[in-house]
Amino acid sequence: MSQVQKYNGQDADIQLWTFPGGIHPPERKAPANQEPIRRFPLADEFIIPLRQHIGALSEVQVSVGDHVRKGDLLSAPGIEHGLPVHAPTSGEIIEIGEFPLNHPSGLSGPGIRLRSDHEDTWGQRHPLPDYRNQSHLTVLEHLQRMGIAGLGGAGFPTARKVAGARGIDCLIINGAECEPYIAADDRLMREHAAEIVRGSLILQWMTHASSILIAIEDNKPEAIAAMREAVAQTREQLSAEQQSDFVLKVVVIPTKYPSGGERQLIQILTGKQVPAHGLPADIGILMHNTGTAWAICRAIEHGEPLLERVVTLTGESIGSPCTAWVPLGTPVQHVLAHVDFTPEAQQRVIIGGPMMGFTLPHLQVPVIKTTNCILAPTRKELPPAGQEMPCIRCGACADVCPASLLPQQLYWLANAQDYDGLKAHHLADCIECGACAYVCPSEIPLVQYYRQAKAEMREQAIEHHKAEIARQRFEARQARLEREKEERLERHAQAAKAREEALAARKQQAEQRSASGTTDDAMPDANSDPVASAVARAKARKAEREAARNEESSAVTGTDTVQAQDPKKAAVAAAVARAKARKEAQAAAQKDTETNTEASTPEDKKKAAVAAAVARAKARKAAKQKDEDS
Amino acid sequence: MSFFIASSPHHHMRRNTADLMRLVLLAMVPGVLAQWYFFGWGVILQIALAISVALAAEALCLLARNREASSGLRDYTAVVTAALLAISIPPLAPWWVIVIGTLFSIVIVKHLFGGVGHNIFNPAMAGYVLLLISFPAQMTSWLPPVTIAHELPGFWDSVRLLLFGFTGDGYSLEQIRHVDTGAMLDAVVMATPLDHIKTELAQGFTLSEAKGAVIFQGVAGSGWQWVNLAYLAGGLYLLKQRVISWHIPGALLGTLAVFALLGAVFAPDQLPNVDIHLFSGATMLAAFFIATDPVSAATSTRGKLIYAALIGLLIYVIRTWGGYPDAVAFAVLLANLCVPVIDQYTKPTAYGHHEERS
Amino acid sequence: MSWVLGIIALSVLALVAGLILGFAAIRFRVEGDPIVEQIDQILPQTQCGQCGYPGCRPYAQAIADGDEINKCPPGGQATIDRLADLLGREAKPLDAAHGAEDVKKVAVIREDECIGCTKCIQACPVDAIIGATRQMHTVIADECTGCDLCVEPCPVDCIDMLPLPTKPERWTWNLEQIPVQNITDAAATTETSERGPA
Repeated sequence: MSQVQKYNGQDADIQLWTFPGGIHPPERKAPANQEPIRRFPLADEFIIPLRQHIGALSEVQVSVGDHVRKGDLLSAPGIEHGLPVHAPTSGEIIEIGEFPLNHPSGLSGPGIRLRSDHEDTWGQRHPLPDYRNQSHLTVLEHLQRMGIAGLGGAGFPTARKVAGARGIDCLIINGAECEPYIAADDRLMREHAAEIVRGSLILQWMTHASSILIAIEDNKPEAIAAMREAVAQTREQLSAEQQSDFVLKVVVIPTKYPSGGERQLIQILTGKQVPAHGLPADIGILMHNTGTAWAICRAIEHGEPLLERVVTLTGESIGSPCTAWVPLGTPVQHVLAHVDFTPEAQQRVIIGGPMMGFTLPHLQVPVIKTTNCILAPTRKELPPAGQEMPCIRCGACADVCPASLLPQQLYWLANAQDYDGLKAHHLADCIECGACAYVCPSEIPLVQYYRQAKAEMREQAIEHHKAEIARQRFEARQARLEREKEERLERHAQAAKAREEALAARKQQAEQRSASGTTDDAMPDANSDPVASAVARAKARKAEREAARNEESSAVTGTDTVQAQDPKKAAVAAAVARAKARKEAQAAAQKDTETNTEASTPEDKKKAAVAAAVARAKARKAAKQKDEDS
Repeated sequence: MSFFIASSPHHHMRRNTADLMRLVLLAMVPGVLAQWYFFGWGVILQIALAISVALAAEALCLLARNREASSGLRDYTAVVTAALLAISIPPLAPWWVIVIGTLFSIVIVKHLFGGVGHNIFNPAMAGYVLLLISFPAQMTSWLPPVTIAHELPGFWDSVRLLLFGFTGDGYSLEQIRHVDTGAMLDAVVMATPLDHIKTELAQGFTLSEAKGAVIFQGVAGSGWQWVNLAYLAGGLYLLKQRVISWHIPGALLGTLAVFALLGAVFAPDQLPNVDIHLFSGATMLAAFFIATDPVSAATSTRGKLIYAALIGLLIYVIRTWGGYPDAVAFAVLLANLCVPVIDQYTKPTAYGHHEERS
Repeated sequence: MSWVLGIIALSVLALVAGLILGFAAIRFRVEGDPIVEQIDQILPQTQCGQCGYPGCRPYAQAIADGDEINKCPPGGQATIDRLADLLGREAKPLDAAHGAEDVKKVAVIREDECIGCTKCIQACPVDAIIGATRQMHTVIADECTGCDLCVEPCPVDCIDMLPLPTKPERWTWNLEQIPVQNITDAAATTETSERGPA
């Protein structure tokens, strides 16, 4: 099937296992893997999306017009550990806004546009060559600051992955690259084997793993040879103590798709399965891509952030297929312009490989950290899916499923939107590798069904969660309104009582007065009587007012801290009064110095705007009323 | 130009249902040729008749169900069903037998249950069972193979027999079956080897006495063994082409052989031996072409083994103790009934869920 | 006399069976959620009041008391189907008198026009608007249920109900909806689609 020469050597001392299912699609790694990794001229403009990976958004730290140098931070890590992004080259920030994302949806997201000055001048670099004398935390923070993310699949921030893993026994460097066409890791291993090995050693130092296994599929004999040599050289350089500390080994695994899947590769190398809903770390394993190991090495030894990656450019619509170093943020269009891209009438441009990649709706999409391949096949080379036929329950999909699921059962359930059934059949464990759809004789786009069902289930969960919160908020509000009503009633009652008391006091005094008769001492009494009553009245009024104010304030803020707010409010009022006074004084001063009598202060403007808005609204309402009447 | 949006995977093995069905039809050719050689033109005529009826019925059903008829017809599933039914019935059965059987298979068993992929029962075998219990006389009127009969009705005589029940010379089917058997078996209606053994054993004869009959030239009945070998060859071709996996034929034949062997060990004179069970009747056809029908079979690997072993066991039980000489159709239908249960209990454990099970 | 015996035997049997059933009803009683809770769980909790009740919980109570199940436009047909399923009633189409099913929306205050009257704050059933008297108000988009109740009280009409934008992480794989670029000549490409389809 493949014209690639297979590696024949045997690794006697490591037992290999296998995973169920799997397929052997035509590999077609050549011709893209034949020549050294190329480098194209810089693009004029770069689009750097703020989110290139799973995780929270990072915060922009530059503004339009800023000149940045290569490697400068463009964004700071977000609150929830979003990875920072860096300037891929030197130039000027010309826009911060929404740009098309490198995402199957074709949607837009926040990003930064940078115009290259074609100088490519480096900014300040901070290498950490003596990382062994640093704390783990320092190294992790360094990797986070360098924007290192997994270059293999989902682009998970590396520092977080390493930090979250404890009790690691085995570190696996994934060089399987099982998907057809893709040759980025293949070329990287051939040309930068030593750096990959050094990166692996850094990972070993951080995790204290007792073995490093570099797994490569046997259809990449040159890469295997290069890595073997690098491993042998590194081993010589290591001290005897280090040598006995851990095992460092290249493991050759049989070619079978999807052996490069994290969970599948773990099963091949250890025979163990990562528990469902668990992480590889749960069974003492940490896996990183070869590209990630390379990036770690560059970040530590040279202080280079993750600014570029190897991208495979292949497919028969590309005249000169190759692999290339592409700065992150380079538009796909720029890359394709350098490889004799001659599109056909209905061209598919696929980001990723033929099994799991997604198609682009246009080419103004930037290359990001996870872009390992741009595949532009002709219709003859990879014919589009045929007409979907009814499932004949042949079970071919179940035979090839690497997760031992029942794809056809999932298909029926997804069609019936039976989400409970899908959960019971472990849809969540589907890795969307596409093996089932590859073999399906009815050409059913099974993966698409699963993805939609997964998305629908996720939406339902989110909606349910939101509804739950809304319900709680609604109930809390109802309770608050109820409580406030009661408090109001109580205050009214108190005020009424105060009034009654005052009345009673007056009456009493009147009685006293009438009882004491019209004596001289009566004068002060008569004087004090209206004073007392006035005080009582004022008190009552004040209580009422306060009640009303409390009511209003609590309606606004929805808190119980009525008492605490009063002094604050007074302070605010005082501040406002002060500000007003100052403003008036200023205005007066201005009037004095300037002869300009128009003096439309912002306040006036605002007032005018409000008046206008009210008038508008009234007019609109009137019109509506009219409409309804007629 | 424009860009084309598609969902992954963008690569496909490109062997669709129609391709698989065409391969199945191709694999049937040696068996059909053997049947044609030993039993004459009848089988070819039956296949032709069955396929035309099946295609017409399929088209009408699809139209009635508001489905696109052209794509439904192009998947060849109806053709395979019709061909399987046609080669299962006696080659010179009257024309209306195959027409009724095919209509029942396509309309009732297949489309009333929801069309391709939704039928619980193997349509061909359900049709066969309907015919067998409705028209027992027509359905057991097998011709003697050419090795005994020496002369089979020619093409036009076969057509006349099928359509009108008489040859050009005015012989009926019954007369042909009697006349040609020669003096030795003059009084005996020519039966299939399995039928013959059943009758003989029921009358108290031993197996060796029964096998002394003229139809038992060779291993498992003259003619029949070659037909079975031809279907075996076709089946091996399907295996090689990976159209079917070894699990169903392997488990079916294995189970049947084991039980036949046990029977032969414990009652060598009363129960037929392995060779007869494997190479007579419709055993090979069942193992490679009928039980492997994906729609009505179990899906998981373990499920397939259980399903096929069940068929093998049922074939043996019905052949030995049942009222019918051959048992493939009944065994397959009974196993079809068990498929949902088998599938339920042979679900593979999904990745990462092993601990939940244990 | 055999019929007397028969009657006695049947009576005894009935008694025994009755006792067993009675015992089982008490012993194996399933304590389910009260039906109102279950209905409330299905309702979308928009608290919009389009059903004619002041919130989802009151409507759940009303349904439990026998009201129609097709008065909830935000929930749409999916909610009606689930309610029908739960209550064993017939699933009807949405009652048009209470409104039509619509896309998810979120309230947005045009902040420069807001006069700070707090009326919308008082109208919001889930306290999703913050602000103070004569201060600009704003909507907490994550908490907004899109109920529409704040729009009417606003004296200056500065609240818009905008459809919720689709985010990549909440995209539901509708490949058909992706706008595809048609390219006729290369020059036009860079010109018109510098930013791509928004």
